[in-house]
Amino acid sequence: MNAGAEPLSLRGTLRASPRLAARHLWGAAGQLALSDIAAGTALGGALPDLAGRAVLLRVADPLHAAIALIELDGVARRIVICPPDLTDDALPGVIAVAGVEALVSDAAEVETQGLIFAPLNLPVRPLAAATQASHRTEWVMFTSGTSGPPKMVAHTLAGLTGAIKPSPAGDAPPVWATFYDIRRYGGLQILLRGLLGEGSMVMTAPGEPMADFLTRLAHHGVTHLTGTPSHWRRVLMSREAAALAPSYVRLSGEIADQAVLDALKTRFAGVPVGHAYASTEAGVGFEVNDGLAGFPISFIGRPGEVEIRVADGSLRLRSTRAASGYLNPDAEALAGDDGFVDTGDMVERRGDRYHFVGRRNGVINVGGLKVHPEEIEAVINRHPAVRMSRVRARRNPITGAIVVAEVVLTEVAVDPATVKTEILDACRRELAPFKVPAMLGFIPALALTAGGKLERAVA
Amino acid sequence: MTLVMQEPRFGAGEQDSCAPDVKTDLSAVILAKFRDVAAAQGKTLSPLTEELVLLESGLDSLCFAIIVATLEDDLGYDPFTEAEDVYFPVTLGDFVRFYERGR
Repeated sequence: MNAGAEPLSLRGTLRASPRLAARHLWGAAGQLALSDIAAGTALGGALPDLAGRAVLLRVADPLHAAIALIELDGVARRIVICPPDLTDDALPGVIAVAGVEALVSDAAEVETQGLIFAPLNLPVRPLAAATQASHRTEWVMFTSGTSGPPKMVAHTLAGLTGAIKPSPAGDAPPVWATFYDIRRYGGLQILLRGLLGEGSMVMTAPGEPMADFLTRLAHHGVTHLTGTPSHWRRVLMSREAAALAPSYVRLSGEIADQAVLDALKTRFAGVPVGHAYASTEAGVGFEVNDGLAGFPISFIGRPGEVEIRVADGSLRLRSTRAASGYLNPDAEALAGDDGFVDTGDMVERRGDRYHFVGRRNGVINVGGLKVHPEEIEAVINRHPAVRMSRVRARRNPITGAIVVAEVVLTEVAVDPATVKTEILDACRRELAPFKVPAMLGFIPALALTAGGKLERAVA
Repeated sequence: MTLVMQEPRFGAGEQDSCAPDVKTDLSAVILAKFRDVAAAQGKTLSPLTEELVLLESGLDSLCFAIIVATLEDDLGYDPFTEAEDVYFPVTLGDFVRFYERGR
């Protein structure tokens, strides 16, 4: 790929690959030769019907998601990439906001929502007529863990791939893998690096045990491996990790502390261990490759494709890799007037480095999944014995943070132990497990700001 | 913050097959914590032996995060954060020894 040039469609890129025959996507439940999908389709005869459409990609298997992305890029006007945890009741809103006209699904039974329906089935069959790649497809991704209706941002393939450099000629073909799902920004980056970088990829699937995935990674000879610090801590707790010999180890999606960086440098001796900053909104920001947590203050204001600054304690990025904006009509502007995206990630200067200290507004990052305190407080506050509550992060060496709740009871005499059980039962019923408070305590009062809001420390 | 946690108590009735060298009060506290968190999180816990691989114990990362945090409250230290040598235990025996060393 030439720097600065508009990339070919994904299928076009594969067709131009000199060593396509040796390249694969290996999933948890099946595999795909990239030469097959370069010339084929898993969408039956439906691909022409999707040309120029806004298409909702809602599949169970991440391998199927990769196939659909290869097929739809350049053909669809817009691909709306549903993350695995998007619930059915969010769909009507998503369809309305994103102007969805067609649905790609790998489910046996599908509620088509009145949309053009394209079932995705393996094996891949030869593509009858070449469908012209005539659209600069908009890639729509969901921001992680928002409270309320899901927020969607629009990217272009050029923006998504802006940080991908051609692999040096003569290098062995890379085998990429990530512990992320490819339908999230961090995982999609790895899929695109594999597809555009003459590589193959090993993909995990929701629910696959870590030991099984690591065994598959060793079997396929993974060379480039990425995940959150929480993913990597699990790797470090696994015997199967001993069989891995990657040449590239990267962390992103959470604060990389010195402990996990040091442990990885020890485990993978001689392999550069770096951590990267990226977000669904701001795109790929920067890599830190000196083995230390945080980033050097020299990154601020340095020339390059991504401009970095710190204002009011938060990290701001400006580059062509940022999303073009939110789709949701009621959303605020994604970037400020100066073009900088405020990431909401708070940093603190210590000596000659900036260190990440948490998220603004108390947003909690549990193993890479974002938790909005208000969503949990709303569930807690519905209990009749609760006057108010505050949910905050507690630092944790395994998942980066856990969710803890402080609850103020009304004056009505109640048994705190019973109330605690009832609150936690309600949370387990209504919230994903990582959002349920890991600890819940009762306190006499909570401080309010002068404006009457709950005081929230940076979390 | 006053935590109204169910207090896991150890001692009488513990029938675990951890090897004698980790059969200490501390190991009893840790084993009780494993059972307690598994019950609270609705997980089925494998038999708690010295050689049990933690990731095959039936507990997920969130469970281990809660175990480490509540042990910090009960014991007053967290060896993952305080240890000089960075180390991630693989087996239950490793985990108990990690806490014994950090004491």
